[in-house]
Amino acid sequence: MNQGSILPLRLAQVSFAVGGPAIIDRVSLEIEAGPSTIILGANGAGKSVLMRLMHGLLSPTSGRIEWNASERHGAPRKQAMVFQRPVMLRRSAYANVAYALKIAGIPEPQRGALVREALESVGLSHLAHRPARVLSGGEQQRLALARAWALHPEVLFLDEPTASLDPSATREIESVIKAFDAAGTKVVMATHNLGQAKRLGDEILFLNEGQLVERAPVEQFFTKPQSAQAAAFIKGELPWT
Amino acid sequence: MDVIRRLLLSVALLAALPVLAQEKFIVVASTTSTEQSGLFGHILPAFQKKTGIQVRVVALGTGQALDLARRGDADVVFVHARSVEEKFLSEGYGVKRFPVMYNDFVLIGPKSDPASVAGGKDILEALKRIEATRAAFVSRGDKSGTHIAEIALWKAANVDIEKEKGPWYRDTGQGMGPALNTAAAMSGYILADRGTWISFKNRGELAIAVEGDKRLFNEYGVMLVNPAKHPNVKKDLGQVFVDWVISPEGQRAIAGYKIGGEQLFFPNAGRPGA
Amino acid sequence: MPDALNAALGLLIGLDSKLVEIVLLSLRVSLSAVAIAALLGLPLGAAIAVGRFPGRQTVIVVLNALMGLPPVVVGLLVYLLLSRAGPLGPLGILFTPSAMVVAQTILILPIIAALSRQAIEDAWREYEEQLRSLGAGRMDAALTLLWDTRFSLLTTILAGFGRAAAEVGAVMIVGGNIDGVTRVMTTTIALETSKGDLPLALGLGIILIAIVIAVNAGAYLTKELAQRRYG
Repeated sequence: MNQGSILPLRLAQVSFAVGGPAIIDRVSLEIEAGPSTIILGANGAGKSVLMRLMHGLLSPTSGRIEWNASERHGAPRKQAMVFQRPVMLRRSAYANVAYALKIAGIPEPQRGALVREALESVGLSHLAHRPARVLSGGEQQRLALARAWALHPEVLFLDEPTASLDPSATREIESVIKAFDAAGTKVVMATHNLGQAKRLGDEILFLNEGQLVERAPVEQFFTKPQSAQAAAFIKGELPWT
Repeated sequence: MDVIRRLLLSVALLAALPVLAQEKFIVVASTTSTEQSGLFGHILPAFQKKTGIQVRVVALGTGQALDLARRGDADVVFVHARSVEEKFLSEGYGVKRFPVMYNDFVLIGPKSDPASVAGGKDILEALKRIEATRAAFVSRGDKSGTHIAEIALWKAANVDIEKEKGPWYRDTGQGMGPALNTAAAMSGYILADRGTWISFKNRGELAIAVEGDKRLFNEYGVMLVNPAKHPNVKKDLGQVFVDWVISPEGQRAIAGYKIGGEQLFFPNAGRPGA
Repeated sequence: MPDALNAALGLLIGLDSKLVEIVLLSLRVSLSAVAIAALLGLPLGAAIAVGRFPGRQTVIVVLNALMGLPPVVVGLLVYLLLSRAGPLGPLGILFTPSAMVVAQTILILPIIAALSRQAIEDAWREYEEQLRSLGAGRMDAALTLLWDTRFSLLTTILAGFGRAAAEVGAVMIVGGNIDGVTRVMTTTIALETSKGDLPLALGLGIILIAIVIAVNAGAYLTKELAQRRYG
């Protein structure tokens, strides 16, 4: 275990509620470096909230969330997130990626090379100077990936990144994610799409009504689900959604 | 951050520039009717040419002009309501009052003349008839010199205007021009200074009904604001103006101002009984 | 009305030097006021939009209400401040264009702050998650949003300019409508109206409206061009 690494991430009895019933109910888990982790579940299972809790956008109402090493203030973040709908600034694609580097404190002279590399890795170099907001949905999401990856984070959270995209754009995004995974970034992705989970995941964390019901390597999960809810979910979902 | 700081500094400097570029000037508080008559436009350039002092005229009603001077926001007052000027002096706000000139008021009325006063030479008689017939009458009601003169005339005519005023008497609280507009709109009678009347373009059905009565003469006085009350008063420059306006040269300039060939103001500085 | 149009055309064709002086002063005063109010009001609006502090809702309500400040009341208050008898008397700027700039700045500052607060708060709802995910603090976020909402903010600034260029109550009191020194378009229109020269007053009014339209058109074109480039 690398001492400077922020992994593993530990959640201990984490709950999250706003007023009414718990959206996340006493979840304990550990995220380790290495295999890509898929958080699988139906809509409303709590996947998005769990992602935001792990990323740090939300604070748990009870329980603890701990990274292995805390991030230094002012140092580039070691974990990044891509949302279902990308939010781009009113600037060029290049400038959007550069913005992320600027916020992270990367000095100006170093930014250019990092931006170009990130755009290259998602195949958007030819659109670098187009206004980001006129790009297609798929292109914007690739740009979001480039922006997240530009700082070479250790962990990349992805919250249903292809849910709003058409099949060809989805394929493009999946290939980029696979490339990042292969390059060593820890991928944690939420999805309700079984096919995608099979294509991209090494292990599955199955969430149902805010609880972590099952955790297994991908092969095992789909062929021999241990819990009734997982089995029902696998049967209920069409494999090509 | 640094950009913002630099922007703020330059804006502050820009705003301060006018204050830095100071020329010689004084602030004279006068009345709207005097300014609108065009007198200042005629005599001040001559004064500035001779002395290099720019005169900035703030034109208000007489009451407001004197209040302005009481607060020290003017260096000289140039108004036409002797009673309130004397009060101003007695309160210690002015140094000394010098008579400068006089013009006259005229009674303006509709050509239809509902009160039968047109052509008369007696202003008090005319006012009595207007009150008796309840003919429409517009008053300035704004503590101006004209308003104070009007009130004094009602009193001299033995009309208790406070008691007698009704829907026929419109107290507008406006300057001379707007009041004339109101009189034109409602075909009413109104007391106006000749200067404003001559320049007034929106006459409608109005014409001069009564003029020439000695009681209609309107006297102007000039006073330096007392530097003892407000040390910031430009007493030297102000005194130059006061001296000039009552000097033969200044008095000639005043007499030389004409509209349509008619002289509006009659200099009377240094005249006994002025 | 034909008299008014004639009067307006006459003034324009003659390029009456007094008219030019009055128009330039009007622009100088109102544009200065807008510049200062924008410099102060935009960051203020952004700070309130992304900030979290006790009494925030009250501040927003008060700021919105101040948009309706009557110009003549602002004029009176600034006069009392700048009068020799008042606290800022020694500055000596009463009855000068500087006083007019001060009064108009105070008048339009709430407009710019309140409207920019709304625009940026709307944008913050869209951007908040993403910006926080990237590690932007509130200050970074405020500055980023100020730039990103720049087209809406341009409209806000134009609203402020329109209000300043149109008002007469404040500049009349603190400027004194002094011929050649503090006489602007609106006070000249008021003066000519009170002198009964209505065609001239209306003619000047037409010129004033034309100028405000020109400023707005210029800003709109700039916005369109820029928007095409940046999306």
